[in-house]
Amino acid sequence: MIARRVFMYLFLGVTAFVSIFPFLWMVVSSTNPSVEVTKGRLMPGTHLFVNLSNLVERIDLVRALANSLVIALITTGLALLIGSLAGYGFEIYRSRAKDAVFNILLLSMMIPFAALMVPLYRMFAWLSGKMPVIGIDTKAAVILPTMATAFLIFFFRQNTKMFEREMIEAGRIDGLGELGIFLRIYVPTMRTTYAAAAIITFMSSWNNYMWPLVVLQSDAKKTIPLLISNLGSSYSPDYGMIMTAIVIATLPTALVFFLMQKHFVAGMIGSVK
Amino acid sequence: MDGSIQGVSVSAGKGVCITVSIRMRTRVTGWCFVIAAVVLICLFYFYPMIQAFNLSLKSGVGTNLQYVGFENYKRLFTDSNFITAVTNTFIYLIVQVPIMIILALLLSVMLNSDKLRLKGLFRTAIFLPCVTSLVAYSVIFKYLFANDGLVNLLLLRLSIIDRPIGWITDPFWAKVTIILAITWRWTGYNMIFYLSALQNIDRSIYEAATIDGASAFGKFTKITVPLLKPIILFTSIMSTIGTLQLFDEVMNITKGGPGNATMSISQYIYNLSFKYTPDFGYAATVSYAIVVLIVIFSYMQFKVAGDRR
Repeated sequence: MIARRVFMYLFLGVTAFVSIFPFLWMVVSSTNPSVEVTKGRLMPGTHLFVNLSNLVERIDLVRALANSLVIALITTGLALLIGSLAGYGFEIYRSRAKDAVFNILLLSMMIPFAALMVPLYRMFAWLSGKMPVIGIDTKAAVILPTMATAFLIFFFRQNTKMFEREMIEAGRIDGLGELGIFLRIYVPTMRTTYAAAAIITFMSSWNNYMWPLVVLQSDAKKTIPLLISNLGSSYSPDYGMIMTAIVIATLPTALVFFLMQKHFVAGMIGSVK
Repeated sequence: MDGSIQGVSVSAGKGVCITVSIRMRTRVTGWCFVIAAVVLICLFYFYPMIQAFNLSLKSGVGTNLQYVGFENYKRLFTDSNFITAVTNTFIYLIVQVPIMIILALLLSVMLNSDKLRLKGLFRTAIFLPCVTSLVAYSVIFKYLFANDGLVNLLLLRLSIIDRPIGWITDPFWAKVTIILAITWRWTGYNMIFYLSALQNIDRSIYEAATIDGASAFGKFTKITVPLLKPIILFTSIMSTIGTLQLFDEVMNITKGGPGNATMSISQYIYNLSFKYTPDFGYAATVSYAIVVLIVIFSYMQFKVAGDRR
């Protein structure tokens, strides 16, 4: 019995250590000069500000952060609006035809992005000729294909099942229009669902790599993951500086996680229930 | 009293009106709510898939494409790069997914036991890798596992090995590195699903089993696993789909190398379209190959998991 408990703590302890070690290493390395990082130094140093100023000097980190933030915020806002309208619509105004459409939409979850990449790229390349504002190398091109996802519609529909229909009736009796009911009653009631959905969407947009890699071409448009990826593939890497960049890139999502751990987990699990 | 009776009849009358008008509204308003999402998903998922099929019947460089019928599909079977990419992806799938799921199950069972202390700490620590972006952790792993990286340095210092392992540069070890990286990133994610499912299992089942003299292992295989079957199925399908789409890690840790030893199917599509001389037609054909694989695998897992619908 004791042996089993020791084993359990050992197993969990080792796994927990392995899980956080790369984080520790990343944070520690961001405070050390490149030479020390290569030597395997595991103690915090005093080089953080030097790394930071190197970083700001050599690459346009602020612009990439701004690009990522603008894209992630707009995507999250639009995706939540479109996804929740649809999830609400499919559940509240249920009909056989709508259920069929819903099931077809779910099929889109099976389509891997790699399969969409080529035709989407061609679509936006074609658009570039017609409407350059939403063509290749624009934020709009990054945002548009990720605005509506079957996952979010499904997520909102599942959660709408718990929304009390009496409130809709009450709204109608009070003379609210159908959209008014949605905006004034549903949205405020479902705050936690929106929070969870916002976290999932923000994170996936902030971390999105493949599509921005394909569609964003000029350096001025690049997002954080593209920047990190570029830094990571440099031939003579300045490890301290790169680790500082990664720390900064990870900070927003880590913050979201620690501040809203409950919503975060609820958002993940909620998608299955 | 009069008032209340009147009140009831009035609201009943209104109720009839409402049910009639609801039916009308359901038709029109309902569609208004869903239309934006339906149009966008058709435009950015289904329409491109039709385009991709059309493309897959053509071949040529850049925009200069000609119809070749099913030539591209025939080419798949003789294309050694494609076969390597599929083989690599399958190796990741067959080795990594089971390891991760078993590890996640074990961890969740341990974290679910009553007597455990520091539960929150362990859980948060093991879940933490999920907050990193795929690119960021890939770059970190690339440096950790470099020839002169920290992992080799520590293994050398502890005299576990006497010369550095080519974690990134050796065809075999590079695959191991990719598998280790994916396992690090996703085990905690899967664990959270199992943990929430475990919390819904009635404790008395375990108590009864204990009284009947069941061992811990027996309880795990006879109670926990069968009860968690639906969620295990769900996570294994998600992991399979994820692995078949693997891109960010391979791209940033090994760039598909050495040679093509770690190249995944998604990366091959990327290379065909944007790295080599672009052949969009053939790239679209490879895209369809992944879709077909995903459908087959999801179907198989449903079949294997069997009885529950």
